[in-house]
Amino acid sequence: MTKLNLELLIKLNMKSDIILAGVGGQGILSIATALGEAALADGLLIKQAETHGMSQRGGAVYSHMRISDQPISSDLIPGGSADLILSVEPMESLRYLPYLSETGYLVTNITPFVNIPNYPDIELVLAEIRKLPRFIAIDADSIAKEVGSSRASNMVMLGAASPFIDIEFSKIENGIRTIFERKGEAVVNMNLEALRRGRAFAEENR
Amino acid sequence: MQKHLFLGVEAIGQGAIDGGMSGVYAYPGTPSTEITEFIQDHPLAEERNIHRKWSANEKTAFETALGMSYAGKRAMSCMKHVGLNVAADAFVNAAMTGVNGGLILTVADDPSMHSSQNEQDSRFYGKFAMVPILEPSSQQEAYDMAREGFALSELTKVPVMLRITTRMAHSRAGVVCSEVLDENKLSMPADPRQFILLPAIARRKYKELLQSQDLFLKLSEESKYNRYEEGEDTSLGIVACGIAYNYLMEHYPNGTCPFPVVKISQYPLPEKLIKRLNHECDELLILEEGAPMVEESLKGFFANGTPVKGRLDGTLPRDGELNPDLIAKALGKEFFKGYEIPEVVANRPPALCQGCGHQDAYVAMNEALADYTKGRVFSDIGCYTLGALPPYETIYSCVDMGASITMAKGAADAGLIPAVAMIGDSTFAHSGITGLLDAVNEKSSITIVISDNESVSMTGGQDSSALGKIESICIGVGVDPAHIHTIVPLRKNHEEMVRLFREEFAYEGVSVIIPRRECIQRASSRKRNQK
Repeated sequence: MTKLNLELLIKLNMKSDIILAGVGGQGILSIATALGEAALADGLLIKQAETHGMSQRGGAVYSHMRISDQPISSDLIPGGSADLILSVEPMESLRYLPYLSETGYLVTNITPFVNIPNYPDIELVLAEIRKLPRFIAIDADSIAKEVGSSRASNMVMLGAASPFIDIEFSKIENGIRTIFERKGEAVVNMNLEALRRGRAFAEENR
Repeated sequence: MQKHLFLGVEAIGQGAIDGGMSGVYAYPGTPSTEITEFIQDHPLAEERNIHRKWSANEKTAFETALGMSYAGKRAMSCMKHVGLNVAADAFVNAAMTGVNGGLILTVADDPSMHSSQNEQDSRFYGKFAMVPILEPSSQQEAYDMAREGFALSELTKVPVMLRITTRMAHSRAGVVCSEVLDENKLSMPADPRQFILLPAIARRKYKELLQSQDLFLKLSEESKYNRYEEGEDTSLGIVACGIAYNYLMEHYPNGTCPFPVVKISQYPLPEKLIKRLNHECDELLILEEGAPMVEESLKGFFANGTPVKGRLDGTLPRDGELNPDLIAKALGKEFFKGYEIPEVVANRPPALCQGCGHQDAYVAMNEALADYTKGRVFSDIGCYTLGALPPYETIYSCVDMGASITMAKGAADAGLIPAVAMIGDSTFAHSGITGLLDAVNEKSSITIVISDNESVSMTGGQDSSALGKIESICIGVGVDPAHIHTIVPLRKNHEEMVRLFREEFAYEGVSVIIPRRECIQRASSRKRNQK
């Protein structure tokens, strides 16, 4: 085994480097919070860099989320090394491709968020996504509506990404329980259902 | 010990509370805002009644913190880098007066200008004032430095600067908290004339400050935040400051860095560690977030010592924040560069929210300005700065807090009449009032639009210190009440707004128009909280 492959293997076993992407106001940080809770419960270490400030006004926002069982140095993920791009918006998923590793997955919602006059033809965006060797393109908004609320679409996305994150699924479910606890059992169950539907889609389409 | 997942800014807030702080004084500014917000929401801050209300600007914030220090208690003042320009007079002179209770200035720099108009490096201010600077490389250090910084300030008898950058401010990591310290009791300064900077006393105080430099250096050399890390390959020695240390170590996990490294998180620069590195290594590489401050001083004017690489010789970019990739490149490491961004991806710049009152104000202003030549609207710092972008393109300046009014006055003085200032309510309270006074005193032909959304919105909807006071401030400063108008910026009032703008643009004197409607973000979060 070459040195590069060995390094890659160590990385895959120990670390999930995730780029979360979306548009300011879409709530990508709720995904980060659920994952963070799950990782903490799993005894893992986390670093997570967020976007605050000006770009939150409808601009492109992202978060670098790093989970590992080893100490993490950099708050930012190095280029070409993210295991996963998890995007709640299709065009935004492509903006961070320079971070994706050779073995990484791109998991994205396919519903565009159009708040600029020059938003490209969605078919062209989806065509670019389909060029990638490993991707999941999911209609999270429709699935969220089916389970009860379009607001659960971020949890559909987290579910769709969950097969590619080295955290036990039950821990992610518990993370969701923790963050939605205050809103009552019905909201918890709806978000858990959203999570499971997302995961099922990814398992069928990977 | 329980581990908390804290943003760097939250770690500082928690550290300050645990360090026995009695008051935080701040004006919101990305990336520093959440330090104060975290303290405002903290149960122990409430229990101890720690001061935690927003100040009108960074200068009033820092001065008030200095007053609390005078009275013997521990205080922190927080601001973004450009806020320190506003507070600089107070800060630099506080190094002269010295402190009684521990005083920390936390300043958050924004290299790459994610939410700022420049990327100035606050360490220059710390060096300029000749005080110790702390620069954490991890959230844990940020916590520890905030908690222990008060004691350092009391030991050195000067304010201590805690300098962070955007990525430290807004990145989360596990932090273990230490024992909560008691607050200081009220006490008067040991030297009753310490705070009187009359020249005779100031000259004595300045000598004291100069003499203290040896102590500051010794503390840096012995600091647990600075260290020399051995390395076998002495072809290169690396100086890594603050968060740059993390980007370096990303490439050498588990202590595998072959080169000797000096980690710097406390200034003045620890001479002994750096001299040793210089002695042992053939070349030096300097990694620092912000300006090449350390690099410049190590390189020297003639650059005739050990070769120094960094931002000045092109090994690293001269501007912008660092990241692991730039450092990999500087070290000559190969890495997979990921996939290219497809051409189909369009830019998505920030924009005014749908339904925002600034939008209605701009649409009406554009219509009323259509009869004049372009380039007459001077603006300021806030959400409304986005009025520079399509579809509005109304404004022609954004320089510093309050500059809209004064620049409009200067342009009017030059003959550009009418000239218009577009400023928000909080920015007006921060630095607009004195400029308005200048304009009133000279009866300048300017129209000031105070677009009042009743909050500090760009930073997340904090309370504006001018809330409910804008008309009375304008009247008090001397604006003719007949030329102060308030209107609700809604589409249904468009014609009325255009008429008002036209009338006042034509008036030869100071007029103020206040389009007032609550920020829609703040309104919706207020409604959510009421539920």
